[in-house]
Amino acid sequence: MNTNKNSYTFIYASIVVIIVAFLLAFVSSALHSRQQRNIDLDKMKQVLASLNVRDVKDAEAAYRQYIVSEQLLAENGTVSTSTEPYAMGEKSGDKGCAFLCSTADILTQRPLFVAKVEGETKYVFPLYGNGLWGPVWGYIALNADRQTVYGVYFSHEGETPGLGAEITNYEKFQSPFAGKHVMKDGRVALSVVKNGNVKDAEFEVDGLSGATFTSKGVSEMVRKDLQAYAAFLGAGTEEVSNQ
Amino acid sequence: MSLFSKKNKEVFTAPLGKNNPVTVQVLGICSALAVTAQLKPAIVMGLSVTIIVALSNLVISLLRNTIPNRVRIIIQLVVVAALVTIVSEVLKAFAYDVSVQLSVYIGLIITNCILMGRLEAFAMSNKPWESLLDGLGNGLGYAKILVIVAFIRELFGSGCLFGYQVIPQWCYDHGYLNNGLMLMPPMALIIVGCIIWWQRAHNKDLQEQ
Repeated sequence: MNTNKNSYTFIYASIVVIIVAFLLAFVSSALHSRQQRNIDLDKMKQVLASLNVRDVKDAEAAYRQYIVSEQLLAENGTVSTSTEPYAMGEKSGDKGCAFLCSTADILTQRPLFVAKVEGETKYVFPLYGNGLWGPVWGYIALNADRQTVYGVYFSHEGETPGLGAEITNYEKFQSPFAGKHVMKDGRVALSVVKNGNVKDAEFEVDGLSGATFTSKGVSEMVRKDLQAYAAFLGAGTEEVSNQ
Repeated sequence: MSLFSKKNKEVFTAPLGKNNPVTVQVLGICSALAVTAQLKPAIVMGLSVTIIVALSNLVISLLRNTIPNRVRIIIQLVVVAALVTIVSEVLKAFAYDVSVQLSVYIGLIITNCILMGRLEAFAMSNKPWESLLDGLGNGLGYAKILVIVAFIRELFGSGCLFGYQVIPQWCYDHGYLNNGLMLMPPMALIIVGCIIWWQRAHNKDLQEQ
């Protein structure tokens, strides 16, 4: 057979493309629900990690155990929506209002996770920002006083291994956040500074050496996203849970 | 012809030594620089490339007599891209942690020159079994260089191996410092250069007249 004819080339290319397209579509739709479940479980683990609950086996059970309710806040810091914590596979409106918020919603809807750890109320805020090569994100948990950091979790898409990627390192980068304070004179003062330049230990966290831009990205993300909650953070310590 | 004849063994072992894809054929250098700051991603990347290059070699070799010559590169690319996408989707569904660790690297496999290089140079003109062996050999040869480079870079760059501290604290107390340059891509190029130097000095066949 002459494989150099134009008609043969066209038909061959078309058949290959159609077969590959069907194959990919089939794989994608066959695996979609499993993938979504993995993504949800991973997100639960991240929220829990900010509460210093790490390496859980059953993320779903742990999430139900620690998270009391999910809320959306209005600009003035009051609760506009409050639902039960997200449950796997349920996309209805009365569950998981904060969990189902997308990255773009955070500055307008202000999702908030209310958790109870050893009897004490903690608030978890999602954060989204940019590192050096791509997105960075994380969760920050504050104590009931809405001032003191209880724990943080950061992750990233493609920061440099060994340098910027170390923001995921708990001992080296995340644990020093605990105990820091957030607000000063109505503005977010919690920040990451260049490695070795911590002047005000109440608000400043040591950055990573060799990862200046990733550290800056984390700092900017914390400042910008927590600022959106300024009214809530400055609103004192009375219980907002309306349950 | 038996499955493990002398010639087939040669097809498999040559890329591990004197026909190494990175140091001799100079393929896949870019990813060798990008993922070798730590051992773990280097190993995972090496294994992923091995699997993909072996499978795509096999598929292209099966199709080799039907592929129209003028669109062969595009057909090769479609096969590679489809395989990479399927592997990535399967990982997301069944080994989510691994796929998170691989993140962008898995997509980078498509652009790895080793794939196109081996498909063009070998699979288009050889039988499926030999092509599979060639793919495995080249993938492992690539992985070998990645592991050597990553070992040196992680050890001297962060004092760790697989993320565990191996250089003891008293060394640091006595003034030892991690070499920050080791974590930068240029140092990977220098290490690869040193490996090529060493290999050529020990192998007469590779020396130019």
